[in-house]
Amino acid sequence: MTGDSYTWLYAVAPSGTDLAVLRGMSGVAGEHPRLITAADLAAVVGSVPSSDFDAPALHDHLQDPHWLEHAVRAHHQVIDALARGSRTLPLRFATLYRDDQRVSALLDEHHREFRTALDRVAGRTEWGVKAYLDSARLHDDNQGADGRDGTASTGRPGTAYLLRRRAARDRNAQALDDAVERARQVHHELTAVAEDSAEHPLQTPEATGIRDPMVLNGAYLVDHPRAEEFAQVVAGLQDAHRQVLRIELTGPWPPYSFVDLPLATGGK
Amino acid sequence: MSDLTPRRGSVLSARPGTTAPPQPANLADLLERVLDKGIVIAGDIRINLLDIELLTIKIRLLIASVDRAREMGIDWWEHDPSLSSGQRDLAAENRRLRERLGELEADRTATRAEIDAGTDAAPATGFDPGTDADEAQEVDDAAETDDAPEADHTDTAEEAGRAPRRARRTAERPSAARSPRTSTTRRRGTQS
Repeated sequence: MTGDSYTWLYAVAPSGTDLAVLRGMSGVAGEHPRLITAADLAAVVGSVPSSDFDAPALHDHLQDPHWLEHAVRAHHQVIDALARGSRTLPLRFATLYRDDQRVSALLDEHHREFRTALDRVAGRTEWGVKAYLDSARLHDDNQGADGRDGTASTGRPGTAYLLRRRAARDRNAQALDDAVERARQVHHELTAVAEDSAEHPLQTPEATGIRDPMVLNGAYLVDHPRAEEFAQVVAGLQDAHRQVLRIELTGPWPPYSFVDLPLATGGK
Repeated sequence: MSDLTPRRGSVLSARPGTTAPPQPANLADLLERVLDKGIVIAGDIRINLLDIELLTIKIRLLIASVDRAREMGIDWWEHDPSLSSGQRDLAAENRRLRERLGELEADRTATRAEIDAGTDAAPATGFDPGTDADEAQEVDDAAETDDAPEADHTDTAEEAGRAPRRARRTAERPSAARSPRTSTTRRRGTQS
């Protein structure tokens, strides 16, 4: 039945997953998500028009930020709603199969891997913690320092200026090193409270819209009963590093960063 | 403008045990979690994604107004200490973003979506599991026939190599300062 539609995969969950949480929600193509069940697993999928999701169409869509943003949020919304209700393995954006049979076959073939992955995220949630060097404080410090070591004694304003510039640059570099060092500590302490941790690449100021350099972009898989403790540890770290870092907690996230799925083979 | 409210809101809603409606996820956070790096090789259709930073910037450029941005969960101007008036700085920020976008686009491979060879014709068993290197080679080959002028084979292969792992899952990693990404940050950080 390759023809009118492809099957877009959102998530894999235990069979019996209730799609009631998705009521009123539409997927990446405005479709209603549905279930494909095989043994004790269920894939949450949507039928998307193949004319709109074949290679050339996708190629165009991905160039279109409007389309991409909408679709990425739709994909996330479905997964997020599922993950709040029960164990859910989120699938990457644009995991597409030619038809439902291909998805059933996938569930059958990789049944054990899916069960293992589901057990790993059971009763756990992903939290994100990002830390930035707080350059507003850095600035204040620099202004104070400039006043002190102005090296006016040389009597040569140009040299003094350059020396000041160099000193400021060195202080900035030291401050960043210090912040990176502290970020390692933060990650370490959070990892101790979590079942698992992962690090995403540091986001650039252009991507975040925040000019301060990011020094930590961590993801932590935390047992539900320890979620409160985790939040408290974050609050404690915010306090402890307040002079240097600005630490942000995000979540709860579906366990995006902690799912290894056996799909990279292209199905078989 | 209600200073800091959106940011606090998102953090508060993150408190365990609360049932507050979820805040819209920060776009950069969302993209890095939802999009695979490089090439999506799961499924039957292979897609070569743009660099995530580039995608994030492209989407951020769409933000025409503060309201629109807030609706998307983007409130960077509200907690950037160096920005006092969000509206005014959006234009400057957008200009900066366009420049950065130009740099990135010049550097990197453009988005390509490649349907796996023979996807429509071949039976399901025709898909070769392949190794990462094979995948890279296949895509590389595909790029030969791709008429996209900006196709860059080296980048494509490199992205394919990165594709299977999206985040390093380690408790420890060498000092972040040594990664190329961070050195970019460092340069930018010390400019201001």
